[in-house]
Amino acid sequence: MTVSLDLVDVDSLLTEEEVAIRATTRRFADERLRPSLPEWFEAASIPARELAKELGSLGLLGMHLTGYGCAGLGPVAYGLACLEIEAADSGMRSLVSVQGSLAMYAIWKYGNEEQKTEWLPRMAAGEAIGCFGLTEPDFGSNPGGMRTSARRDGDDWILNGSKMWITNGSIADVAVVWARTDDGVRGFVVPTSAPGFSAPEITRKLSLRASVTSELILTDVRLPASAMLPEARGLSGPLGCLNEARFGIIFGAMGAARDCLETAVSYAGERQVFDKPLSAYQLTQAKLADMAVELNKGILLAVHLGRLKEKGALRPEQVSVGKLNNVREAIAIARECRTILAANGISGEYPVLRHANNLESVLTYEGTSEVHQLVIGQALTGQAAFR
Amino acid sequence: MKIVVCAKFVPDATADRRFRSEDNTVDRAGVDGLLSELDEYAVEAALTVKENGDAEVTVLTVGPEQAADAVKKGLQMGADAGVHVIDDAIHGSDAVATSLILAKALSKLEADLVVFGMGSTDGGMGVVPAMVAERLGLPAVTLGSEVTVDGTTVKIRRDGDLASDTVEGTLPLVLSVSDQANEPRYPSFKGIMAAKKKPVETWSLADLELSGDQVGQAAAWTEVVEVTARPPRTAGTIVADEDGSGAAQLVEFLSTNKFL
Repeated sequence: MTVSLDLVDVDSLLTEEEVAIRATTRRFADERLRPSLPEWFEAASIPARELAKELGSLGLLGMHLTGYGCAGLGPVAYGLACLEIEAADSGMRSLVSVQGSLAMYAIWKYGNEEQKTEWLPRMAAGEAIGCFGLTEPDFGSNPGGMRTSARRDGDDWILNGSKMWITNGSIADVAVVWARTDDGVRGFVVPTSAPGFSAPEITRKLSLRASVTSELILTDVRLPASAMLPEARGLSGPLGCLNEARFGIIFGAMGAARDCLETAVSYAGERQVFDKPLSAYQLTQAKLADMAVELNKGILLAVHLGRLKEKGALRPEQVSVGKLNNVREAIAIARECRTILAANGISGEYPVLRHANNLESVLTYEGTSEVHQLVIGQALTGQAAFR
Repeated sequence: MKIVVCAKFVPDATADRRFRSEDNTVDRAGVDGLLSELDEYAVEAALTVKENGDAEVTVLTVGPEQAADAVKKGLQMGADAGVHVIDDAIHGSDAVATSLILAKALSKLEADLVVFGMGSTDGGMGVVPAMVAERLGLPAVTLGSEVTVDGTTVKIRRDGDLASDTVEGTLPLVLSVSDQANEPRYPSFKGIMAAKKKPVETWSLADLELSGDQVGQAAAWTEVVEVTARPPRTAGTIVADEDGSGAAQLVEFLSTNKFL
């Protein structure tokens, strides 16, 4: 049974081009990602190189950037593509987000022409993979406390320190690394082949298993002066990148939720309990209705924020409203859907617990829910309560 | 080389499709339509030829207003231009009339290579490629499962039940490809963004020097006189293997019904 979960005609808010982007991404996700995901998740292993090239040829990598081989999508089309990829798996969307919205965006926004032409076309094609090193073992919500440092040695820079929870780290060809300097926080474009750079993979994850997560270790990594991103000064550089990636998550999380709800509606229609389908019971319908309402509200919010972004009017606290609400509701939907699937809900045969587990990471990365509450709290009260 | 892909806009096969009760034609109102999936193979074949040589690919469709979507899909996949023949008088045209319209449009486009899919996914007869070739006086190599274009020579492999034929012709010609010929590409994001800037011309029957009485339902050589919905599925036969005779019963069922 296929039912439309679009109760409020979201499609009427979309342009023809946005619908086309969504359709092509959905087909790609259904045909190329979805069939393999249970296996990739279970094995905690993805064919990243091959995948990156496929994602690149479709145009997903750096899709919202212009020039340098990027597709130049508007914010809503970009969000819808994230939604469709995350409906397959949050780990896949993480690969896309980190490549396009963090690593490529940093170079596109803050890099010089040489850095852009060297990296962006290859990254857009998926021939080169990027990662983004900001978080450290002891500094997550407080990136300003970072210990990774860059000091001058003649014209060169010497980087030392470590980064943690870095998506794509072990498979990356290039890392955008943020480090403290005498001149505040600066960004560096680090080829991962540089002597002194290593990226051991973090294993035993119970979430985002279809995604590579790593530690970055920098020991006396020597870089030429040209490795620094000239246009980023201070923390506003990396935080600007995070705002881009967060925007994609506002849509993406609703993709994971939609996939769970589609699974639950279909399951409840087929599962016979006593003498009728599970979907014919009022308690089940109440659950489905509540979830569908939250899903539709979340997607409406995402599209609205996308339209604000189109006009250049999207403020950081508005991104926080979207990320806080949509990830929180997505994980609630995933867990509720698990109850509808009952014991089958914990099986890898269904995507529901995989999504729920993935969303635990999504709830925390790109600004924890708590940090987003504080951003909104500050907007409401004028008082910063982060520390 | 000028390549023209003839593409049909059809009702979505996953939707609830109906015929109009007043004239037994396909009901296009209220059903989402799309480029016939079988024509995606034709677009892909044309794009592959283009990538291996110097060619321009035009997507040609005949159909109502929504049929523009079929052209757009071809453009998103990578075709260079589109032509949409639209005229109220065309409604109800049979294969003979459709081939007349297409042949006129193809002459006007001066096509060197005309590419069709193997049939349409709605009212498929699979005869239009041959009819168009006849009207244009061109050779037809049809139902290709593998296509090679080398200079002006087009070679296909046509897979039959007992043998595979290799058939060859010289441009200009009409080609049709099967759903084994290739794997149609996804429209890429860049393709989607670029499609809106590509030229699409809209032609009427008058632009093709045709009059309304040469096409449409009144001019049709054939007519759908009756439409009957497929009867609901019956329960089927369940073979229960209670005493080890299940396999024998299954074989008996299959051979009685000539499935073997």
